[in-house]
Amino acid sequence: MEPNKAGVEPNEAGLKPNGTDVKPSVAPGVRLGHVSFVWRPWLVGVTLLLAAATFLVFCVSIGVGDFPIGLPQVIATIFGRGEQVDEFVIMDLRMPRAMAGLLVGVALGVSGAITQSIARNPLASPDILGITWGASAVAVFLVTVSGGTAAAIVSSVGLSAAALAGGLGTGLLVYFLAWRRGIDGFRLILIGISVSAVMEAITNWLLVKADIRDVARAQVWLVGSLDDRSWDGIRVALWCTLGLLVVVACVAFQFKPMHLGDEVAAGLGVRYSRVRAVLLLCAVLLAAAAVGAAGPVPFVALVAPQVAMRLARFPTPPMVASGLVGALLLIGSDLLARAALPVSLPVGVVTAAIGGPFLVYLLVRANLK
Amino acid sequence: MGTTTVERPAPGGTKGARRRRVVGLATLVVILVVTGAVSLAVGARALSPAEVWHGLFAEPDPDRRLTEIRLIVETVRVPRTVLAIVSGIALGVGGALIQGYTRNPIADTGLLGVNTGASFAVVTVIAVFGFSNPFQYVWFAFLGAAVAGVVVFGLASIGRGAGNPLTLALAGQGITVFLAAMTTAVALSDQASLNALRFWRAGSVAGVGFDVIWPVTAFIAAGLVAALTTLPAINLLNLGDDVARGLGVNIALSRIVGIVAITLLAGAATAACGPIAFLGLMVAHVARYLTGPDYRWLVPYAGLLGAIVLLVCDIVGRLVVRPGELDAGVVVALLGAPFFAGLVWRGKFKSA
Repeated sequence: MEPNKAGVEPNEAGLKPNGTDVKPSVAPGVRLGHVSFVWRPWLVGVTLLLAAATFLVFCVSIGVGDFPIGLPQVIATIFGRGEQVDEFVIMDLRMPRAMAGLLVGVALGVSGAITQSIARNPLASPDILGITWGASAVAVFLVTVSGGTAAAIVSSVGLSAAALAGGLGTGLLVYFLAWRRGIDGFRLILIGISVSAVMEAITNWLLVKADIRDVARAQVWLVGSLDDRSWDGIRVALWCTLGLLVVVACVAFQFKPMHLGDEVAAGLGVRYSRVRAVLLLCAVLLAAAAVGAAGPVPFVALVAPQVAMRLARFPTPPMVASGLVGALLLIGSDLLARAALPVSLPVGVVTAAIGGPFLVYLLVRANLK
Repeated sequence: MGTTTVERPAPGGTKGARRRRVVGLATLVVILVVTGAVSLAVGARALSPAEVWHGLFAEPDPDRRLTEIRLIVETVRVPRTVLAIVSGIALGVGGALIQGYTRNPIADTGLLGVNTGASFAVVTVIAVFGFSNPFQYVWFAFLGAAVAGVVVFGLASIGRGAGNPLTLALAGQGITVFLAAMTTAVALSDQASLNALRFWRAGSVAGVGFDVIWPVTAFIAAGLVAALTTLPAINLLNLGDDVARGLGVNIALSRIVGIVAITLLAGAATAACGPIAFLGLMVAHVARYLTGPDYRWLVPYAGLLGAIVLLVCDIVGRLVVRPGELDAGVVVALLGAPFFAGLVWRGKFKSA
């Protein structure tokens, strides 16, 4: 197997490979039968705090709207002890949107954590790997070329599923194009950039040909939005995401040498490369499911794992914490877009407004060190 | 440091090599002329060489059919061909320069945020002032491109990461996604700018008149002059900053001239045609393959190749989906992305 450059490149670029910021902690191991893990109080504490914060923002987000509901009522209703009016507004009208935000945020965060860990490069997020553009191209194709008629036949459920398929297809295409006696993180990123460009060109061409009303609809698809979510609309994403998270949880346990590099992993046996492939596939599917539900919300997959890593003081992006930061970021941005801004904007605009400067900050700080 | 493209420029070059390069340059000029002629003839209505000749040079004629041909040639084909040549040269030279300055084989003016800077400016002024004529907003596109280019360059040259391949790509990507989302935010709130944006964004050399082409050409000419003065310095800079300084290069001055040249070239071309990615990257690699690493040769080759490739892509776009058209920018991306992937796959950037 070729020496993996990915671990070196980001360092040269000024961005550190995951983890050199923090000292690897020496922590006591715990063994319960076949399952063994390392007891890290800081990581567990941060994760619990993040979970609490996510739940709080989730409830606040549900409470905000044309018919404001106080936080205590929201929490009471969620646990099944609310009044009937509140219950209708919350469970039928607001919950799907908040749930979509939660799912998409968690999916993007975990997906980013996996790809960044495997490529050992903070750049390797689903945004860069072309998955989001592939999904968008398919969605825009359905919205525009079919002139709205097929879009009517393909109901919103079908559109999400189609976008999911597009994202998955593009992700696999990038993976196979980048495969050359192994996967090199740097090559994966560059191939991803080029495939993204093709998908972007196709999308732009579709937009030129389309009717202006369809374009406005498609444009929302190009930036990521949580508007008009219903339980039907998020059903595909819901089951996909939950299923995938279970798979990731089962598999990730077996992949301790994720951040040790290809050589070490190879030396530890074939099982690890198989586990790695499964994880990467899950990452692609998670990202595709997220895009299917909300469009290509930019930067969440890139930013969340990096933030989680710093909060948790952990050498690689921690999975659970990354997912929670992703959810926090997405629901928080959506809340900001709805409640704090004068015009209502798609959530993707807000995450980009946060993510772009964050990326630049990472870059400048790493360079000045 | 340490990129595959950093090779020592041949000291002067042998007489044979020199002759071969001159012949190569002449060949490219001939190909460009032929392609330009084809571009005049091909389109929704195909014209014979005689008809093109007539449309270009004949006196006004009472014959209605000939007047019609003259109209097509004068108002559609000639502006389009001229713009493709001018922008192609600008993007080709810009791509070669940017690779030279950043010592970065994956550098491309599209990566610098130049495109999205221009898009953002166009959308904003259309939404705010309600401009509808390209002649009005082309200046703002230029301004947006210039500002974004300078900001990305500036961010990428802070501190230790300066001159590193991924730093520039990363800074460019950050600014690009950020500005793209801001652009969408504006475009979604204003249908006129959304409509203008989608046509402009696909990247096309069609539909722009000489009222836009002349000023754009003036900027590009200024950029080319700046570029030519700095070519010897790029050769020395590629030996490393310390060596270049030792050989008497004013590094700061030459970088500033370079940034100005790149911004003028890419900004003007983007303002007129919309974003066309990968062209500069692609032709710079082909030019390097043809001439070797000497930028005094590489840059003119890249310019001519840029014009040829853009013309060919525009012609292909006119032919493949008749009676409709595929925008040149889309064809360039469909051609350029696999080219780029091929370079990556062959491991060209491994030690980048």
